[in-house]
Amino acid sequence: MRLQGHAGRIAALTVVGTAIVLPLVIFVLGPNMPPGHRTTGASSQVNDNTVLLVVMTPFTVFILAYLAYAIFAFRAAAGEELRDGPPIRGHMPSQIAWLVVTSAAVLFLAIFGTAELFASNGAGGGEGPKPIAKPSGPVLPVQVIGQQWEFTFRYPTYGGVETAELVLPVNRQIEFHVTSLDVIHSFWAYELGVKADANPGVDNVAYVKATKTGDFQIRCAELCGLWHGYMFDTGHVVDAAQFDTWIAGERKQFTPVEKYLPRYSVTYSPDPQVRAG
Amino acid sequence: MSMRVQKALATLLGIVVVGILAGIYVTSLTGGPTPYRVPVAAAAGGRSVNLTIQTVAAVGPKLAPNANWVSYLVREHGIWHRSTVWTLPANSLIHVTVYQFDGKSGLRNPFLAQARGLVGDAFTLNGKSLSTINPDDASHTFAIPQLGVLVPLAGVADDAENQCDVAPCPLSTAHNTITFTFRTGKKGHYRWQCFVPCAAGFYYGFGGPMQTIGYMDGFVNVV
Repeated sequence: MRLQGHAGRIAALTVVGTAIVLPLVIFVLGPNMPPGHRTTGASSQVNDNTVLLVVMTPFTVFILAYLAYAIFAFRAAAGEELRDGPPIRGHMPSQIAWLVVTSAAVLFLAIFGTAELFASNGAGGGEGPKPIAKPSGPVLPVQVIGQQWEFTFRYPTYGGVETAELVLPVNRQIEFHVTSLDVIHSFWAYELGVKADANPGVDNVAYVKATKTGDFQIRCAELCGLWHGYMFDTGHVVDAAQFDTWIAGERKQFTPVEKYLPRYSVTYSPDPQVRAG
Repeated sequence: MSMRVQKALATLLGIVVVGILAGIYVTSLTGGPTPYRVPVAAAAGGRSVNLTIQTVAAVGPKLAPNANWVSYLVREHGIWHRSTVWTLPANSLIHVTVYQFDGKSGLRNPFLAQARGLVGDAFTLNGKSLSTINPDDASHTFAIPQLGVLVPLAGVADDAENQCDVAPCPLSTAHNTITFTFRTGKKGHYRWQCFVPCAAGFYYGFGGPMQTIGYMDGFVNVV
């Protein structure tokens, strides 16, 4: 009878706490979760993060309520520090309920997460050389080449021109091909919601569609040596006309070096890695 | 003094000693020598400085503990120093002269054989104006990625006569002279580096002197 009283109070605390916190999670915290709403993939990540928070909120509130209640209700009274507490016995209904509820939550998240990965074309993550979550319709391939310590970019649609700057047209589906010439890097375009490992000899494909123009941060997210912390840059999403002007300028400016570039390929095995050392 | 107090003091002393040693080690890795403040001169159209550097295949025992490491050197008051942390004025033209004594290694990414971020979009190689070189001829690059500056440095031919043996190398030995100018822009703390995998004997040519400030990498403090 006494245990049911405790359980009832903890349940009441959980319900009240969840009722207070959940609207804050849905309407205040959720919409402001990273990485924002600059791309369809980023928006999808915000929604997914919000759903995760909503699912975990009652569990978190329950655990905190239980902890707070236990500290208050089960504290030792003065003079009773050496007195043993009541024996602990199993409570089958509670155990079954806990297993069923948590299993249901995990299964829901697994199904929801898988469906979301497909619905958002991989949610901006690297899918390896043979992606299974692909967008329908035409894509603009852009290769990201990691090297110690800078990212460079190739545009196979535009003669394979390589640039030191990443510029993307707005409202076009981009197909990133991420690779490395030396060690493992990770291409992280924060506001775009894209993060894909750059492994030497591997073509790691990720998709994104920017829906707003503006600048975005690029960082290496894999410890890659002395200047890893300085391996950052600023990318730009521009409208179609600006992109056409920019790419034409890049092709003209870098004409002298184009004859030395290898043919566009999804991976490269440059000779100097054999010669050096 | 009780045994407990003695143990506590010994532990405290040990922590302090280890902390000091760790501090010295980290400082030696990141701090290096005192930054070289490049003298500023007034010039028509704004401030400008002249920065004179050389690259050597092996820095030698007089200038570094790792005698056979490839390195940059900077000329300060007529004397060559192994210092790769330089203080430059903001919004100024930096006229750089590189005496390139090292041989060819080749770039892993040929795209980096194209100069960028320079005044006039070109550099001179032994007096000839260029914007790119054959990537296989590159010995080193001088690059400040955050300022958008990159210059490929052509190496000395393998069969060149009178090659430099001991750094700092005199101009009487075989070398290429590269000159270029870039603008510093706003104040900041920028790293510079070489992109050629030139650290012979290290994995991918990018260990040792390529991973240690004071050889093929450094900072430009724009003030």
